[in-house]
Amino acid sequence: MKLQRHGILAGLALTATFALAACGSDNNTTPPANAGGGSSSASNPIACASGTLNAAGSTAQQNAINEWVKDYQTSCSGANIVYTGNGSGAGQQAFISGTADFAGSDSALTAADQPKADARCKTGPAIHLPMAVGPIAVVYNVQGVTNLQLKPATLAKIFAGKITTWNDAAIKADNPSATLPSTKILTVHRSDSSGTSDNFTKYLGTVDAADWTFGHDKTWKGPGGDAEKGSDGIASLLGKTDGAIGYVEWSFAQADSLNVAKVGNGAGEFATLDGDSAGKTIASAKTTGSGDDMQLSIDYNTTAAGAYPIVLVTYEIVCEKGNDATKLPLLKDFLSYTASTGGQQAITKVGYAPLPDSVRAKVASTVSNLS
Amino acid sequence: MTSMTTIPTSSSAPLTNALRSRRLPVWALVAIGVAAAVLAVLLFKVAGLMDGGWVLTLVGAVLIFLIGLSVISSVVEGRRAARNRVATSLIYSAFVLALVPLVSVVITLLNKGRTRLDGTFFNNSMRNITAFDSGGGAYHAIVGTLEQAGIATLITVPLGVAGAIYIVEYGRGRLANTIRFFVDVMTGIPSIVAGLFILAFWVLIVSPHLSSTHQPFNSGFAAALALFVLMLPTVTRSTEEMLRLVPASLREGSFALGIAKWKTIMRIVIPTALPGIVTGIMLAVARAAGETAPVLLVAGGTPNRNFNPFEGNQESLSVYIYDQAAAATKYGPPRAWTAALTLVALVLLLTVVAKLLSRRTKLNQK
Amino acid sequence: MSQPSFPGSAEAASAASADSPNDLTVQDDTRAVDIPRHRSGGRGPVAPMGGGGALPPKRRFGAESVFRWFTTGAGTIVLVIIVAIAIFLIVKAVPAIKADKANFLTHFEWFPNDPTDPKFGIASLAFGTVFSSAIALVLAVPVALGIALCLSHYAHKRLANGLGFLIDLLAAVPSIVFGLWGRDYLVDPVRQLSGWLHKYFGWIPLFGSDGPYGKSILLGSLVLAIMVLPIVTSLSREVFRQTPGMNEEAALALGATKWEMIRMAVIPYGRPGLIASVMLGLGRALGETIALALTLGGGWAVGSDIIHDGGNSIAANIANGFGEANDIGRGALIASGLVLFAITLIVNMIARAIVYRRREFIGSAV
Repeated sequence: MKLQRHGILAGLALTATFALAACGSDNNTTPPANAGGGSSSASNPIACASGTLNAAGSTAQQNAINEWVKDYQTSCSGANIVYTGNGSGAGQQAFISGTADFAGSDSALTAADQPKADARCKTGPAIHLPMAVGPIAVVYNVQGVTNLQLKPATLAKIFAGKITTWNDAAIKADNPSATLPSTKILTVHRSDSSGTSDNFTKYLGTVDAADWTFGHDKTWKGPGGDAEKGSDGIASLLGKTDGAIGYVEWSFAQADSLNVAKVGNGAGEFATLDGDSAGKTIASAKTTGSGDDMQLSIDYNTTAAGAYPIVLVTYEIVCEKGNDATKLPLLKDFLSYTASTGGQQAITKVGYAPLPDSVRAKVASTVSNLS
Repeated sequence: MTSMTTIPTSSSAPLTNALRSRRLPVWALVAIGVAAAVLAVLLFKVAGLMDGGWVLTLVGAVLIFLIGLSVISSVVEGRRAARNRVATSLIYSAFVLALVPLVSVVITLLNKGRTRLDGTFFNNSMRNITAFDSGGGAYHAIVGTLEQAGIATLITVPLGVAGAIYIVEYGRGRLANTIRFFVDVMTGIPSIVAGLFILAFWVLIVSPHLSSTHQPFNSGFAAALALFVLMLPTVTRSTEEMLRLVPASLREGSFALGIAKWKTIMRIVIPTALPGIVTGIMLAVARAAGETAPVLLVAGGTPNRNFNPFEGNQESLSVYIYDQAAAATKYGPPRAWTAALTLVALVLLLTVVAKLLSRRTKLNQK
Repeated sequence: MSQPSFPGSAEAASAASADSPNDLTVQDDTRAVDIPRHRSGGRGPVAPMGGGGALPPKRRFGAESVFRWFTTGAGTIVLVIIVAIAIFLIVKAVPAIKADKANFLTHFEWFPNDPTDPKFGIASLAFGTVFSSAIALVLAVPVALGIALCLSHYAHKRLANGLGFLIDLLAAVPSIVFGLWGRDYLVDPVRQLSGWLHKYFGWIPLFGSDGPYGKSILLGSLVLAIMVLPIVTSLSREVFRQTPGMNEEAALALGATKWEMIRMAVIPYGRPGLIASVMLGLGRALGETIALALTLGGGWAVGSDIIHDGGNSIAANIANGFGEANDIGRGALIASGLVLFAITLIVNMIARAIVYRRREFIGSAV
């Protein structure tokens, strides 16, 4: 009798599940109010392959991938592309173990992981394709200050804890016209490990090695300050804490309307962060890597006029050869869309900068040769 | 008088009634309360002792009330009664104290969760909806949570309850003690470790044999297995305690009638302990439904519908919350809070149904 | 009660047990069950007349043995899983610990992902885990027991049911919601409280820091305490409710006040259950991941101070580090999971030792 009753309970649950299964839908048919416009434009070379593609990795490129996936799936309803944004390391591990068909990553595979990734690809090596470039914004919340400019050395000193109040002489020198309060500076950094922290500290160490002596790591190595989990955590704290300064991916700064500082570049000018100025830094980047394997190395001291120097390159890690035959058409077609001019243009509205055309063309030709 | 002194409460004052000691009238309690409040306001609010704000004033008032009550009550009613009064007040104030954060959490949840409480939310998935789009729903996540938690419960409950029956009713000696000990240890396994274990064991070793291409794959079932690892100790441990509390006389009565032991357990012991067992199970279900890390690891999460728990990425409400809460837009967080509200409502609904069903069989001994 | 009792004397035995149920152990109970098998009583085979016929001979493959084997198997599965997890943890952890350039047990910082110079140690994380869980339990357990008593013995039944519902609701709130709530709402009150504590109680080492305040161990522990509260409350309420009415009435009849009745009858009867509920709460606190990752300030400092920004725990560090971990990094995180496993093991051993030492006094089922 008791078992019967539990049977009823289980039955109810099952019925409810099936009832639910019957009524919902996958089709968000009514075109949603899109913040940045967005269905596939005419210049996209989408051939439409169908099937399912699983990918995992970097959260820094998640918004870009989601935008591409939306464009692609809107054109090709038979395609299912799933990107799990669980971190570059987790994406690499998923790629190596075979649960992900490609991985998104903020950093190249380590020397220890590269052979394992090659082994996963059976007949061909695993290669890196630079795909989405995201600027890192320096955001701040100081009462009465809206147009902050910071030289690299000032920035490094602030995060190193050598400048502790907003009316410090060094900040004043960078902002002669601003009225700076005597508020204490609260530096905010990521408590979780992230490629953004790695790139930001790499930048600090490159532009001012004398003040930033902590090296770079995905986990924050600097002293003091407040730690927040995720860029959303930093953005949330920045929104309500006077005297705080932190770094987030550009899209977070845009979404929460945070004040973004102008950062001094190698040409000695203060650059505003936008798609153009970030693009100029990437245009001066050098490609490294052998054969089709491409890694971009950013020149943080770039002397290009108007270039915003703090940018983050994210890669797709794929098998050059030895891809699963059932997945290959979709993989190639999707990635050739993302590497097209249309694809690169589509992500500028969600906080990314397009790849320079020379790099993009090379990526596109590599993608077309995947097998 | 010598015979009277054995009743401690009557020793302090001349008695009007031999059986009942003097009691503080209700007005005295109210008076102490008012006096404590006034004193606290004067001390902390007016005199500004220790930068007092309202919170401190309130805490101070409660403390003064407790001290005043215990002094006055022990003078009038005796020490035992005074202790009783202080204990009672403490128990009630513990209750009120705990309600403050709890109510705050619930209000936050309701307040933030209602923004997206609309038809779209329950009828749509997140396919083709990015963080920069409005609309979108958690329909696929609700189905995923139900399937994953459901499968996990189906595996856990028989095994967990049977394990507890073994420990309490059959087990003796080293094996039972070892099992009991390790059940306790198992409660402390961080959820992501359970996820990693299932990833290594199920997804990477077993699942390639189940796929046509011999590639490992994520699935909702793998998530259910990870949740099973997390639920098992909670179910076993709570069931064990509830079984132990069933009075031995009930078992003996049954044995005396010649009923077999297994039948006694199923018909007498389990029904008696059922409300408690169900509480434990629902605590486990609640925890499992709220787990993020292991599900993200072995089920992957997806914006699309996937009703098949045995193949392909599947979403769950907690993964959905995790994803949406971290989104860089004004659309993500409201979706996350509504999903949280949905998850709480869902688990609560299941809890209420389970408790109603279990109550009917309760052999109340009081 | 320790000798096998005759079926005919079961009633007398249970009557005797009603007087002193605290002396009634489950072990006694299982012995009583052996009666049908041993048939060691003075009762020989009797002609099948009336109801009290001879007991049927034990069948080898009856329902009884099937049931018994099923429960034994279920109990053993716990052991199998836990051994499998332990092996998995060790296998994955050892290569990472070997690659560690620092002393794993004593190093404070955690940088395992450096390709050339991985350095990581568990000291600060283990300290943070134990410290924050301990504070959380110290804060939560008295309050939780107060609420449980309030619900089971003080509040009006209707009210108790409604409030019990609220507590169950909280058990259903996923930990990420507690984490977000702590990060967005609790942090400001805690910041003010920290400043106040430092100003007036700064001489206590716990409150020695002069800032910055906010995302501290205090915040993390408060959030943990609120999360543990529903678990401890729900289970201990069930335990309190199971106190036999006769015990309570006997205490009251002897002239005990309500509080004395609770201390003499309710709490001793439920003590093993209470300890179990606290251990479940502790398990949750030790293994809690996402809520602590959102509320602790991070870093590797170790100190007695609880109000300064900072604090870390093993599980939170796993959540923070997992996404970006490379092969060694993942192994290192698994190694930290192994340490958490060991901590849970030790804590449980201590708890068990306490329970065993007290067993002679409780007498009831342990």
